Amino acid sequence: MTQTDLKPTQAHTTNAPALEVRSLNKTFAPTVVPVKNLNLTVERGEFLTLLGPSGCGKSTVLRMIAGLEHPTKGQVLIDGEDVTRLSPSDRNIAMVFQSYALYPHMTVHDNIASGLKLRRIPKGDIEDRIRDVVDFLGLHELLNRKPGQLSGGQRQRVAVARTLVRRPSVFLLDEPLSNLDALLRENVRAELKQLFESQQAPVVYVTHDQVEAMTLSSKVAVLNEGYLQQLDTPERIYTHPANRFVAGFVGSPQMNFLTLPCDGQSVTLGNRRAPLPTEVRTDAKEITLGIRPEHVRLAREGESPTVEGTVSLVEHLGMHKLYTVQVPGKMPMTVRSLIPLSHTHSDRPIKLVFSGNAIHWFDAETGDRLNQD
Amino acid sequence: MTKDIIVQRERRVGWLLVLPALLLLLGVFAYPIGQAFWQSLFNQNLGTQLTSEFTGLSNYARMTQDGRFWQTMWNTSVFTFFSVFFEFLLGLGVALVLNQSFRGRGIVRTVAILPWALPTALIALAWTWIFNDQYGIVNDILLRLGLIQTGINWLGNPTLAMGAVIFADVWKTTPFISILLLAGLQSISEDLYEAHRIDGASPWQSFRQITLPLLMPQIVIALLFRFAQAFGIFDLIAVMTGGGPGGATETVSLYIYSTVMRYLDFGYGAALVVVTFVLLILVVAIAAFFLNRSRAKARGVN
Amino acid sequence: MTTFPESVSKSQRSSGINWRSLILPIAVILVVLFCLAPVLWQLLTSVKVNQDISAVPSVYFPRRFTLEHYQQLFARRPFWNYLLNSFFVAAASTLLALGLGAPAAYALARLRLQGERVILAGVLIVTLFPPILLFLGLLRVVQVLSLGDNYLALVLPYAAINLPLTILVMRSFFEQLPRDLEDSAKVDGYNTVGTLLNIVLPLTLPALATTGILAFITAWNEFIFALTFITRESMKTVPVAASQLGGASIFEIPYGPIAAATVLGTLPLVLLVLFFQRQIIQGLTSGAVKG
Repeated sequence: MTQTDLKPTQAHTTNAPALEVRSLNKTFAPTVVPVKNLNLTVERGEFLTLLGPSGCGKSTVLRMIAGLEHPTKGQVLIDGEDVTRLSPSDRNIAMVFQSYALYPHMTVHDNIASGLKLRRIPKGDIEDRIRDVVDFLGLHELLNRKPGQLSGGQRQRVAVARTLVRRPSVFLLDEPLSNLDALLRENVRAELKQLFESQQAPVVYVTHDQVEAMTLSSKVAVLNEGYLQQLDTPERIYTHPANRFVAGFVGSPQMNFLTLPCDGQSVTLGNRRAPLPTEVRTDAKEITLGIRPEHVRLAREGESPTVEGTVSLVEHLGMHKLYTVQVPGKMPMTVRSLIPLSHTHSDRPIKLVFSGNAIHWFDAETGDRLNQD
Repeated sequence: MTKDIIVQRERRVGWLLVLPALLLLLGVFAYPIGQAFWQSLFNQNLGTQLTSEFTGLSNYARMTQDGRFWQTMWNTSVFTFFSVFFEFLLGLGVALVLNQSFRGRGIVRTVAILPWALPTALIALAWTWIFNDQYGIVNDILLRLGLIQTGINWLGNPTLAMGAVIFADVWKTTPFISILLLAGLQSISEDLYEAHRIDGASPWQSFRQITLPLLMPQIVIALLFRFAQAFGIFDLIAVMTGGGPGGATETVSLYIYSTVMRYLDFGYGAALVVVTFVLLILVVAIAAFFLNRSRAKARGVN
Repeated sequence: MTTFPESVSKSQRSSGINWRSLILPIAVILVVLFCLAPVLWQLLTSVKVNQDISAVPSVYFPRRFTLEHYQQLFARRPFWNYLLNSFFVAAASTLLALGLGAPAAYALARLRLQGERVILAGVLIVTLFPPILLFLGLLRVVQVLSLGDNYLALVLPYAAINLPLTILVMRSFFEQLPRDLEDSAKVDGYNTVGTLLNIVLPLTLPALATTGILAFITAWNEFIFALTFITRESMKTVPVAASQLGGASIFEIPYGPIAAATVLGTLPLVLLVLFFQRQIIQGLTSGAVKG
């Protein structure tokens, strides 16, 4: 990219964040997933991913930032300016749609140029900008084709080109990889990461795919049922999930959740009693223990196991085997564990150890995280 | 708090887009029907020197005594029942044929929709000529086959004339039914038939247990449309027989038309319109009920 | 032992195949004959000389052909006028139906209108009204606005008759059009009208053509309004004019010219069907079934 590309299109007189969303609300309408009291700030150069299952409201948030939906309450600010009441075209945002939304009757060139022409940018400038972007993405061969003649990957690149050429204040991307096949998706993902790292304007990216969220983002906002669950770096989301929902949604294979009887000081785990860490001591009768399968390992010779049980299912995952272990006791439990391929399993009971520093404690009722680390 | 301005703006634009069409529809459909209801309460004919005189429901009372009205109702019912019945059988047959794959299917399909597209009044002229008592091709074929000894006056005999107009109507509108049913047939997944065959079903059983139930929504829609069109038949009969011989093929539409245009009896004509309208709406309501049910069923089987 | 049942099943199957493979061609031929025969007979009649037309038994393979019936049509009647009238009325009403119906369909498909269901239900029911129910009230409108012998008396009702189909077909088309395209246009900077004209309309042309063809056919074929509202000879449409072709007396029915008139009146529609059968089928089915 040339130097001019990196110059911000608008002078930033204040230190306002590039994008700010203040107590955004959207009440339910037939075609819209509701959003409840959402606050977000995105700084220049940041890559924020809205992550959540379908129906969590992540697309609604993106569409409200774009101006395609109007919030019931709350504000959207871009570069410190309140744009809540502006139409999409007046917000200086650019968006990649899930279906790419390339105009089928226009050539690739005209698709890329359309937003610029509407902003009455001089023709020479338009061509310069298009040339830059086309060089950058290698789209020369395609300029005179129609979208119908392009492959899925090519369409995706054209859709991205159409946003880059706009040099917007914010990039919005709505599941841009979901229409690509698995192999291509991995390549394009890496490409997207590089590409947007070179841009100054921040990116808001919507996906339900945790791998995309983890690999691309500098910040991840996990949403569920319209509520923000956690806003953090990908690492923190993984290592310190704020609640049971985040813990269960992020990470594959999914985290084990064991609801254990507790008396305030200690819990009953299988046939053993274990003291609770001081910071999570609670008066509740039950507490939820969360541990990822990769942190459940085979007990070494002579080591006393955390739990003991019988293997009911073995799944080969390539690098590991995933065991599903039934743990008998007063409250029978199921624990899944990632086991090295070398282990051969027999009908004998299997002894498992939970890595102590990888245990997450959650309130059994609210699902909130109890331990600080 | 702030109203949803996007939705508000959309609604305003939406009404702006809908309104012209809505106005034209109201003017051409709602006004005439409403006007007929109103006018049916008045006497306006040559007896009143074409001025309106309020008479309450007397036009409807007169209808109960009007033998010609009941005769035309009967004729209309006979025409509607037989034409729709045969159109349905033939239309289903044609649809099943066109649903097979064979060389030249595209051309055959084109040919098969041709009758539907042609002007009924002109087609009626063609059929009048075909059923001509002296030079008609029908008589000629029957004579050559030795089935009759002298030419039959098709359009001059009450029963035969009804048969002839029904035949012409069946020819004209079978394509409509077969197009709709063909679309329905093509939407039924081949997998269903294969699964059924693996279960050991014969083609006839597949037809009964898969084709018919899944086709039912299209069948009901096609029959509904055809019922309404046949019940209001005008041009075909007006051109072929003019309602004759001796009123044997006069349908309600023709009766309404001559009441208004020949006898200039506007009040009574309006009452006839109202009764026909109410009958039609009743049948449509019943059909809509069955349509919903058959749609729900077809979805359930899916 | 093992070969016996096999041979039986084989012979059964082969005879079954033979028998069945005959059904389809016969059925196809019957369908084609059934649909074409009346039209072809009329075509043949129109080019026979009068002696052959009134020959008993009928002449199926005439030796002499003539265009005199066609010449008569144009010589004794303003047949060009009839054709042009039909064409003008059908084309104008089609354009009007599309012009009013397509925007309405878009609004019903995309914009969140209150009362949308009521409008749609009304539009659906209206498609079932036979024109005879309307002609009396429309006659009054025509008289009050003195639209008698005015093309508007046909163009407006024809457009209205075609509106429900237009709205239903176009609406189902708009619903299939990805919404992202319009959102993308908004983000690009188009306003609503710009989106409609620059993005939606170009993509809509095939669907407009489909509905337009159906509307044209319906308008060309309409009879009762044309019969009632137009009385001046030079303004009549083909179906009405052809149905009123008569001879000097009732005993002298001009079979030849009538046949020629039906051929000329149907020819434009035959051509439409030949070129656009796919669109016609598509339009008919989406109009009736999706609604």
